[in-house]
Amino acid sequence: MPRHTLSVLVEDKPGVLTRVASLFARRAFNIHSLAVGPTEVPGMSRMTVVVDADGELVEQITKQLNKLVNVIKIVELTPESSVQRDHILVKVRADAATRLQVTQAADLFRASVVDVSTESVVIEATGHPEKLTALLSVLEPFGIREIVQSGSLAIGRGSRSMSDRALRSA
Amino acid sequence: MSKGSPISPALMAAKSAGGPKAPERVERPADAAVDIAAAVSAVLGPNNVVPPTAMTGSQAIVRSLEELGVEDIFGLPGGAILPTYDPLMASRMNHILVRHEQGAGHAAQGYAMVTGRVGVCIATSGPGATNLVTAIMDAHMDSVPMVAITGQVASGVIGTDAFQEADIVGITMPITKHSFLVTDPNEIPHVMAEAFHLASTGRPGPVLVDIAKDAQQGQMTFSWPPKIDLPGYHPVLRGHSKQLREAARLIAAASKPVLYVGGGVVKAHASAELRELAELSGAPVVTTLMARGVFPDSHPQHVGMPGMHGTVSAVTALQQSDLLITLGARFDDRVTGVLKSFAPNAKVIHADIDPAEISKNRTADVPIVGSVKEIIPELSEALRVQFAASGTPDLTNWWVFLNNLKETYPLGWTEPDDGLSAPQRVIERIGALTGPEGVYVAGVGQHQMWASQFIKYERPHAWLNSGGAGTMGYAVPAAMGAKVGDPDRVVWAIDGDGCFQMTNQELATCAINKIPIKVAIINNSSLGMVRQWQTLFYEGRYSNTDLNTGHDTVRIPDFVKLADAYGCASFRCERDEDIDATIQKALEINDRPVVIDFVVSPNSMVWPMVPAGVSNDQIQVARNMTPDWEEED
Repeated sequence: MPRHTLSVLVEDKPGVLTRVASLFARRAFNIHSLAVGPTEVPGMSRMTVVVDADGELVEQITKQLNKLVNVIKIVELTPESSVQRDHILVKVRADAATRLQVTQAADLFRASVVDVSTESVVIEATGHPEKLTALLSVLEPFGIREIVQSGSLAIGRGSRSMSDRALRSA
Repeated sequence: MSKGSPISPALMAAKSAGGPKAPERVERPADAAVDIAAAVSAVLGPNNVVPPTAMTGSQAIVRSLEELGVEDIFGLPGGAILPTYDPLMASRMNHILVRHEQGAGHAAQGYAMVTGRVGVCIATSGPGATNLVTAIMDAHMDSVPMVAITGQVASGVIGTDAFQEADIVGITMPITKHSFLVTDPNEIPHVMAEAFHLASTGRPGPVLVDIAKDAQQGQMTFSWPPKIDLPGYHPVLRGHSKQLREAARLIAAASKPVLYVGGGVVKAHASAELRELAELSGAPVVTTLMARGVFPDSHPQHVGMPGMHGTVSAVTALQQSDLLITLGARFDDRVTGVLKSFAPNAKVIHADIDPAEISKNRTADVPIVGSVKEIIPELSEALRVQFAASGTPDLTNWWVFLNNLKETYPLGWTEPDDGLSAPQRVIERIGALTGPEGVYVAGVGQHQMWASQFIKYERPHAWLNSGGAGTMGYAVPAAMGAKVGDPDRVVWAIDGDGCFQMTNQELATCAINKIPIKVAIINNSSLGMVRQWQTLFYEGRYSNTDLNTGHDTVRIPDFVKLADAYGCASFRCERDEDIDATIQKALEINDRPVVIDFVVSPNSMVWPMVPAGVSNDQIQVARNMTPDWEEED
C-alpha cells in the first residue's frame, strides 16, 4: 500500500497522543511511524504520522482524526511539496581493523560518529528514509549491534506555515 | 455550531482570546462573561451572568449543571463523587437515584431521545464509572447526546491503583465523543459547558467528565457563562450549495429514487422538512431502525424499514434503486447486508453531519456535509428549481413495482402451533391500543424487531431502542428516562425475558420515584433471537438459550411476583383472548409501574430475514421462502 505522510496539528493536552494512537488501533489503521513534539505556537504540538494506506483509507483516516476534538488541522505532505527526514543512531561493530572502513562509510552518507569504543562505534545519521536504508545496508556487513530510529519528521517546502494555511487541505 | 465568530486558523484563538478587550476593571472574569454572552453563545442554558463567586469545586459542578439548564439527573453516589452529592441535595435539579449505574446511563439516553436535550448521568470512580461503560458505548453508537460525570480518586493518588481507581477516561476513549479529566476546580465551569456543547452539537454523542475528588473539594472562583475554547471543533451545518444543486439534478434524472432515512433526521428534528422533501420528490421513503416514526408509517410513500428484518418492499426498493438519497444514515451492515451487493445500480447522495460517515462504507457520488435540518429544506428548494427547469420525473413504473411488493409481501406472522400466543400479536395490540402518541422502548432481540415492525409509528421520538450497540437491558432504564423526560406520555418498555433480567432493578427506582412506566415482557422463555439463529443455522441445537421463565417451566423468576415485590402492578397474560383486556388494565394504571408477563410461543420467528453474510437479494419472507422476483420489471 502506498505511504502517506500526515502532519497533524494538535492541542498540547494530556492524552492527545493516546487519542490519536488509540484511534489508529481501534479503526485498524496501520501507523508506519509517528513523531510528536512542540511547535512554534505555544500550546500546540505537531505530529507527523506516516501511514500505509490507499487513497480512500487515507481520506477515512483523515476524517476520523479530524473528529478528535483536540486535533486542530491535518495536512497531507506529499514528497514533492515537502521535506522529510528520519533520524537514526546505529551501533556498529568496529575494532581497530575495521574502524576506518566503518567511519569512511559513514562519511559517504554525511553521517557522524558520536561514540567510539574498542569494539564499536555509534553513528548518527539524518536523512530521507531511503538514504538511511542505504546506509544500513552498507554498515550491515560490519555487524549492526543496535538501531534506534525516530519517526519521520516532515515540513512543507516554501515560506508558508501550516499554522497559517493548509498546503493541501487533507 | 458557531463559537461566535469563525476562527481561522483555529489555533490563533488559543493565543488571542485570553481576555476581554477593555480590562479596565479588576474583575476581568465578569467582564469577559458579558462579552461572551453578548455574542452567539455556545454555552447551553439561559447564559445567566454570574459574577465571580467563591465556592467549592463540587458546588461549581452543581451550579454549572443548573446554569446549563439541566433539570433531571440520573445517578448513584460513592466515595469519589460524595462531595458533589452534598450540594446536589440542595439543588432545584431533580436527581433520580438508580439501583445500578448502567440504569443511570440508559435512563439518560432515554431522556435525551425523547426530549432532544442532553441526558445526564453521574457515578463514582472505579466500578461506578465502569458500570456506565455499556450505556456510554450505546450512546456513542446511536449518537445520543449525553454527559456522564464520574468521580475520580484524588489527583495525588491517580496512577497508584488507589481504592476504586479506574482510568475511565482511557477506558472510554474509543466510545466517547470526547472526555475530560478535571484536577483543577477552576476548570469545572468551562469543562462542563464544553462537555454539553460537544454532546449536543454536530453529531451528538456521549461526553465524559471525570473529576478528581480533590478538585471537587477544592476552592475555586465561579463565574458564568464560561468561555468555550475548542479550537479543533467546528461542525459544519450548512450543505454546500453546489452539491445541493448536483443532488437535485440527480433526483430529477432518477427513475428509481429512494429516500434512505436514518436516525440523524430524528436527532436533527427534521421530520417536517423530510415530509416536504418526500412529497415534493414523490420518492419512496425507507426509515431505518433508528428512524422509525420520523416519516409516518401511514404515509403512502412510506415503504417500510430496510435491513436484515426489513420489509420486502423497503429492502427491494434499496436493492433496485438507481439513486439513494441518504439522509442521516450510515450504511450500517444490518441495512446493507453484504456491502458489495448492496443497491448495485444506485448512485448515492449522502448527507450527514459527520464527514467521516460519508464514503466510509459506500462511496458517495454526491457527498453533502451538514445538518439535515438545514440540508433538507435547501435540497427541496434546489429541487423546485430543478423541476421547474427540467420537469418532474415520472415515477409511475417505480411505484407500480413497489406498491405491488407492498401488497404482495405485507408484514405478518404465522400462528404458533403450540397453542401459545403469537408475540407479534401482543406487540401489535399494545401499539394499537396505546396509539401513536405513546413512547415505545425496546430491548434487543426478537421483541425489538417485532416492536419495530408491528407498532405503527407516526411521529419521531416515539421509538427508542439500542440500534448500533444492541444492548440487552436497555429497555427498562431507557423507558424510565423517557418517562421522566416526557411524563405526560404513556411509555412502554417492550422487553424480552432475557433483556428484562439484565436491568429490572430499576423497577425499584420507578416505583419509589413515581415513574409509572409500563413493561411488557414478551416472555418466550428463551434468548429468542439467538434461539432463532440456532433453529435456522445450527440445526436446532439450542445451546444455552433456554431461560426457564415461560410456559411449562419452573418460572424462575416469576415475573409477576418479582414485579409485585418491586411495588409494581403486575399481570400475567397467557391467552389471546386476554391480551386486549390486560393491556387496557395497564393503560388505566398511572400511579405506579405496571409489568405484564406476556407468555408467548418460543417458536415464533422474525420474518422477513436476510441471513447474515448474503446479499439483500436473498431476503426470505419465511423460512426458505424468497419472494417471487418474476414480477420485476
